[in-house]
Amino acid sequence: MTSRRSNRSNSGATLDVDALIADPNTRIVVCCGAGGVGKTTTAAALGLRAAEQGRHVVVLTIDPARRLAQSLGLTSLDNTPRPVKGIDDTAGGSLDAMMLDMKRTFDEVVQAHSTPEKAEQILSNPFYQAVSSSFAGTQEYMAMEKLGQLRARADRDGSWDLIVVDTPPSRSALDFLDAPKRLGSFLDGRFIRVLTAPAKAGGRAYLKMFSAGVNLVTTTLTKVLGGQVLTDVQTFVAALDTMFGGFRQRAEQTYALLQAGGTAFLVVAAPEQDALREASYFLDRLAEERMPLAGVVINRMYRVTATGLSSGRALAAAEQLADEPTENATSTSPTTEGLLRLHAAHAEIASRHKTLATRFTAGQPGIPVVEVPAAAEDIHDVDGLRAIGVALAGG
Amino acid sequence: MASNAAARDTDWEGVRLHIVTGKGGTGKTTVAAALALALADGGRRVLLAEVEGRQGICQAMDVAPLGPSERRIAHAAGGGEVYGLAVDAKAALMEYLQTFYKLGRAGGVLEKFGAVDFATTIAPGVRDVLLIGKVYEAVRRRRDPRAKDPKAPPAYDAVVLDAPPTGRIVRFLNVNHEVADLARVGPIRSQADSITKLLRSPRTVVHVVTLLEEMPVQETVDAVDELRVAHLPVGGVVVNQVRDQALPEPALSAAGRSASDHEAGAADLTRAGVKATDALVAGLLSEAADHAARVALERQEGETVDALERPTYRLPALPEGVDANSIRMLAQALAEQGMA
Repeated sequence: MTSRRSNRSNSGATLDVDALIADPNTRIVVCCGAGGVGKTTTAAALGLRAAEQGRHVVVLTIDPARRLAQSLGLTSLDNTPRPVKGIDDTAGGSLDAMMLDMKRTFDEVVQAHSTPEKAEQILSNPFYQAVSSSFAGTQEYMAMEKLGQLRARADRDGSWDLIVVDTPPSRSALDFLDAPKRLGSFLDGRFIRVLTAPAKAGGRAYLKMFSAGVNLVTTTLTKVLGGQVLTDVQTFVAALDTMFGGFRQRAEQTYALLQAGGTAFLVVAAPEQDALREASYFLDRLAEERMPLAGVVINRMYRVTATGLSSGRALAAAEQLADEPTENATSTSPTTEGLLRLHAAHAEIASRHKTLATRFTAGQPGIPVVEVPAAAEDIHDVDGLRAIGVALAGG
Repeated sequence: MASNAAARDTDWEGVRLHIVTGKGGTGKTTVAAALALALADGGRRVLLAEVEGRQGICQAMDVAPLGPSERRIAHAAGGGEVYGLAVDAKAALMEYLQTFYKLGRAGGVLEKFGAVDFATTIAPGVRDVLLIGKVYEAVRRRRDPRAKDPKAPPAYDAVVLDAPPTGRIVRFLNVNHEVADLARVGPIRSQADSITKLLRSPRTVVHVVTLLEEMPVQETVDAVDELRVAHLPVGGVVVNQVRDQALPEPALSAAGRSASDHEAGAADLTRAGVKATDALVAGLLSEAADHAARVALERQEGETVDALERPTYRLPALPEGVDANSIRMLAQALAEQGMA
């Protein structure tokens, strides 16, 4: 394939997506970025391209747009990877896709790590039901859990050699990376002892060690929450207590897996100030967490087809046609004037996008970037994804 | 009194809490800021709050980063004022404990034991409860904190919330309802019930911001459905970044159909002083064809929005990007269309 230099960024390194997915050592690609920049589309397009080049890929999406999900064959939320139809498998690759169902993932964890009786008890606890199905925050923990599961299965039975993940639409950038740390600070903290103390055998003796503080905390919690709520919370935490450790262990393993070689993070952005600012923030966070960065994808770059005619010159020409004496004008003059004005408007946007992208690239020296042109229409089928894949590879 | 003097004919008379949501990237922060400015017009006091810690408001309004205490960030015509607030879960929790329980030392102990961290970062849902709780408090607050009369003037004539995106909005707003199911009695229950009551009352509306593109419109339709199911009052739909049509309709659909177009266009271009290469003419015609396809798609999406039968407001695309001045222009556009 001939590569068009114009698709590549002027300054800084170019992100070589094909080299990334061709490298058998690449086992996990994580796409992260602000909402609305095309994260899921990028993940799906990348997965498809890798599969058509011979990789065995599973794409884990968190919350895809409905039609994109349908294009991947994800009509139901059954939390299981399903083969995507319509891919070119001549290179021997395969593509599965799945959509995360957080409640189901949580249920499965509970069932896998406790006795049937205890699982039953947890699953019917009202706190568990609320936490597992409707509360924000759970999604991040479950995305980590699912990624760990997919990787474990890939290692066990060789179903996949590449996992592409799109991250949850978290309120703050990389919440899911914080999941293990948060859980850890809770489990190692004193607060969990307050919550689990009454349920533990020999709790009283244990409590004496710091009873003054604990009493004050318990009294305050009772006052604030009400006795019944506190009891429910305590029952819930106590029931899950034995599982927390294993849960943390797996979250930590997944975290370590992300840091290790074999994982590549792609930061996805769009040529708008807000999205690029978020992208810079992601880059900082990833560096702080020592997560391996592959590069930045700037989606939705506006391009003009009639290159070589600047916005200013197009506008001047349009005005000249508009001011033409009537005897010179032709029947097509108004149309041509319109074409020029349209081009002027588009060229203006294209040049603003280019400026924003160039400034971003200059501010992030050494970070590989690839620019993906805006598609004329929304992407919702395998062909559309394939075209995005070509653009991702700089072609 | 300012709030009465400024009474005017808008689509949302009597609404105290405007919640603004939309798919990521549709510009909901810009719209929320414009709405706040429009509502403040004529001497009103309006609070503009964000809850996701993104500091989007200060960037849009070009002011210093917002904190957990309210600060005036803009003036509007007729002595109107917009205050800004970045709601912080931890600050909201401490304030709540202090106001309702006068906790003093015990609050510090909760913090030391990790209970505060647990509540604001680990325990799923609690964070959202606290964030909405703070917004609720701002809506209910009286200008004179000692006033007992329910008709006493409120601290803010309106509160505008730059809310989480459409994918999360119902879960976010409904969190108190979930909590009410868990806490059957007690102080948390009554607090949760009052918040749910406000959110479902005619004093609240949830506006959805969209672009005329497939995914944002689809999310808008889904969000409107979900809001209705959850008994949350659906407000207006704001169609953001509407492009003007650079080409007249017939020219648009005819452009590039025949070889004679190509030649005539080339002749026009040459007369206008542009070197009309084949590639340039073909490029211009293909841009026109792309544009025609996009306009057709936008029209189709516009029909889907209209079918929702909600008050709809249109804001122009700002090719040079958004700044504090253009937000004032958008505010005016919203006011002219009756949103504020």
